[in-house]
Amino acid sequence: MAFSLDTNCGLLNHNIIGPIYCTSTIFPPDILITQFWFNYRHVANTLSVYRSVKRLGIPDSHIVLMLADDMACNYRNPKPATVFSHKNMEFNVYGDDVEVDYRGYEVTVENFLTPRSKRLLSDDRSNILIYLTGQTGNSHGGNGFLKFQDSEEISNMELADAFEQMWQKRRYNELLFIIDTCQGASMYERFYSPNLMALASSQVGEDSLSHQPDLAIGVHLMDKYTFYLLEFLEEVHPASQANMNDLVSVCAHRVSVSPGHHTDLFQRNPGSVLITDFFGSVRKVEITKDTINLTSSVKSGSGDMQIESLTYVDQLPVAEIIHQKPKQKDWHPPDGFILGLWTLILLVFFQTYGIKHLKHIF
Amino acid sequence: MAAHRCGLSLVFILILSSLACPSSCDALEKANENTGEKQSVSDTPREVNTDGSIAAEDLNERQWQSTDVEADRSDGTKDSESFTAAARDQFQEELVIRPLHSGDIYASFQFRTLWDTDFLQERQKVSHYRLFPKSLGQVLSKFSVRELHISFTQGFWRTMQWGQPFIPSPPGAELWVWFHDTVSDVDGNWKELTNVLSGIFCASLNFIDLTNTVQPSASFKPLGLGNATDHRFLRYATLPREIVCTENLTPWKKLLPCGSKAGLSVLLKSEKLFHSSFHSQAVHIRPVCQDEQCTSKAWELRQTLNVVFDLYTSGQGKKEWSLFKMFSRTLTEACPLATSSKVYVDITDNPEGELFELSPATPLLSQAVVLGDRRTYSVFDLTRAEMFGQLRSLNLLLRWKGDSGDMLRPLLHAERYVAGFGLQTGEIHTVIYNNHPYRAFPVLLMDSVPWYLQLYIHTLTVTSKSRDNKPSYIHYQPAKDRHRPHLLEMLIQLPPHSMTEVTVQFERALLKWTEYTPDPNHGFYVGSSVVSALVPSMVAMNTNFTQDQPLFSSFVPVKEESSYFVRVYTEPLLVNLPTPDFSMPYNVICLTCTVVAVGYGSFYNLLTRTFQVDEPSLPLAKRLANLIRRIRGVPLLA
Repeated sequence: MAFSLDTNCGLLNHNIIGPIYCTSTIFPPDILITQFWFNYRHVANTLSVYRSVKRLGIPDSHIVLMLADDMACNYRNPKPATVFSHKNMEFNVYGDDVEVDYRGYEVTVENFLTPRSKRLLSDDRSNILIYLTGQTGNSHGGNGFLKFQDSEEISNMELADAFEQMWQKRRYNELLFIIDTCQGASMYERFYSPNLMALASSQVGEDSLSHQPDLAIGVHLMDKYTFYLLEFLEEVHPASQANMNDLVSVCAHRVSVSPGHHTDLFQRNPGSVLITDFFGSVRKVEITKDTINLTSSVKSGSGDMQIESLTYVDQLPVAEIIHQKPKQKDWHPPDGFILGLWTLILLVFFQTYGIKHLKHIF
Repeated sequence: MAAHRCGLSLVFILILSSLACPSSCDALEKANENTGEKQSVSDTPREVNTDGSIAAEDLNERQWQSTDVEADRSDGTKDSESFTAAARDQFQEELVIRPLHSGDIYASFQFRTLWDTDFLQERQKVSHYRLFPKSLGQVLSKFSVRELHISFTQGFWRTMQWGQPFIPSPPGAELWVWFHDTVSDVDGNWKELTNVLSGIFCASLNFIDLTNTVQPSASFKPLGLGNATDHRFLRYATLPREIVCTENLTPWKKLLPCGSKAGLSVLLKSEKLFHSSFHSQAVHIRPVCQDEQCTSKAWELRQTLNVVFDLYTSGQGKKEWSLFKMFSRTLTEACPLATSSKVYVDITDNPEGELFELSPATPLLSQAVVLGDRRTYSVFDLTRAEMFGQLRSLNLLLRWKGDSGDMLRPLLHAERYVAGFGLQTGEIHTVIYNNHPYRAFPVLLMDSVPWYLQLYIHTLTVTSKSRDNKPSYIHYQPAKDRHRPHLLEMLIQLPPHSMTEVTVQFERALLKWTEYTPDPNHGFYVGSSVVSALVPSMVAMNTNFTQDQPLFSSFVPVKEESSYFVRVYTEPLLVNLPTPDFSMPYNVICLTCTVVAVGYGSFYNLLTRTFQVDEPSLPLAKRLANLIRRIRGVPLLA
């Protein structure tokens, strides 16, 4: 997730050397929340959006990728280190330079809403894209929540509150929320912060369908909505003028269920919002011909170098180990149990013998 | 982002080298000449060069000269001095290919960066990084780390079929760190260090906390320089469940000076590397001697990658291996930043060429004593241009002609398994084999068991040849629930040609329901045991430290000639804990609510419900008529 609810600095730092400026910083977290091998298609969904976003110019330092299960190096994968999105293994979306920030058990609601490490430093000029895929309540239960790892869930109210907190702390300029699950529209019903646009793959009461199975791998490879989304994004290049209305309409008529969108909270007209505002990033490079003064490094001061005898340590010093003295354990004050026991003994003693006998003892 | 950083660093380097004086370039050349001289005088390893005259050093120097940037003499000498004092680092890379008796092939990459500087000196703030990666350098200085060893492994090393690896590693992730003795809060530094490393390597190392960290008292002595070894500054943790995949390989490759663009690292393609029986990548950082006199320290960063390709899955059943078959790439050039770039092929079992045929043939041979044995290697020096032939690519080919005999059994070998039945108790058995025919030697066994397997140490038995074998040193630290795991270290003398069995009984704990992982029926992992030993060697080991020893034989420092140090990891265990049925709360709530609603509800209704006759409601016309009648004061209709 692209924000944190406290204001400590994250781990990422930007090494900027020279006169290079970043404009319209974009931070897209991609999140995949389900486990098990038969949810291969969720991983393929997330990775294809990740790939498109990287191709359109967003660096890894601005992306948070959360994958709840490992499909690429899973022992059931007949081709390790690959995740395919098209059947007949045409298109490996895993690639060679993927960087997963949260994986396996780290994908929890807590890390999604308040990450303690590996977080992005977004500000009020950042556009954020959030892509979620997984399983929501459908025939398994109610709607309005999203399952995490089959053991936790996040409700649409929590999401809406989280976005409101982000807005209050000025952590985003505009936010695009895409969700590809069954009954996806239920997740954005409760949003109330400004400058939010949401897209979902299906309405409330509808199921989101998967696209194509592959017989060699044995599972479905992609979901229909993300498949058409990926097809659309493949034609977008960093200087493209395609806008949000194109994005919303391309997925509408080709799938059998009707995707939903929620643009009421968005202040600009969706027709004037470029796709590359959220999916891509253009960096302005300004070249300068001025001289830059580099500070000289501190003198090494190697005058007083100690000529101590430097030797390697014996790896298994048998004699030394056998004669190792037992370590002096630090003294700890007596435990609660011991104190309670002694108190009981003293109490019984004084009860039996009475206080007036104390002078005979002490 | 990688392209950006690459471009930026190139710009940076160009700016700095144009500001520096030519004396800095001379200093680099002088360092090269020194190593060149040492190569000619030393006699171990012997370089049997049948060609005779061509010296690799000249080509090295020529290589360096061709890549030097034009020196600009405009700036003063002050900048140049600080530049020469700042960075003196060199990079070497090597690949060792060892065909195994089972038909598989073992490839071991080692990339070493040696840097003459001191991170831990107070006055000197290191800010100029050249070949040494900046992310690791900053980590070392911030957390006052003396030594750092981290490895990520997928698969288990089968010692009985494959022999001993050059650098052993347990399945999953393993991290052990020696801190400097100026650190006051070792646990705090350890916690922050694991978080930072998990970000650098894209791994879940942040799951390392006090419940799986131990402080061994005799194992894991530092592999680098040092005097005092107070084990208060050592921390060891292992995550047996950690998966290794492309996202761990990518940042590992980014630490290399040439990245994955040139040299041996072009072979590191994840689709082939992860389709193997064993894959292990590691980073080892330690202080070493700068030269033979050992008067000053240098920092050594070794990145190692060991991979074993299976005959049937990668080799398609044919006993014929080539670089292209293993890595789907061939070598095109050496890394321009490397002082030496070599490929070694182990041909000890093939003296006359009757077992397999190696092409292209090379006259360069080298002998090295490694793992207690004298092995012969064919050397391919990639810094020589004629290695690559007309097509500018080198593809080594090994074609088998005959069948290899049985492998010599490894001298030290260990296994571990869980015995018992049911979900309450069990027994851990660790079996250590000493296959030496007449020599006995001591081994140090270290076991770190999580707190939820409650060990009964009074049932600990060590038997060799069906007789009791009392260990000469036992260190046991009991676990504290949810705070600390068990740590058991024992120094056991293994009789010659024997099997030693260590058994201990345990009881499984019932965890709190929030402590179960989302998939508790998979089981819980127990990390590998570590067996460290000084095994008697068949040939005299080399105790002198020389700069030009091949990297694979100079990893562990050798103190005496008659034995070599080896570390063997056992299998990790997968143990089922008593798991509650997590669907039960939902079922209980449904059942209880149904019973209450149906049973109590109907009973309550029976007791308290009364029946009343209800007047039927009048139709609209009659209601209106009644209204008019009420106004008129006339009696109403029925």
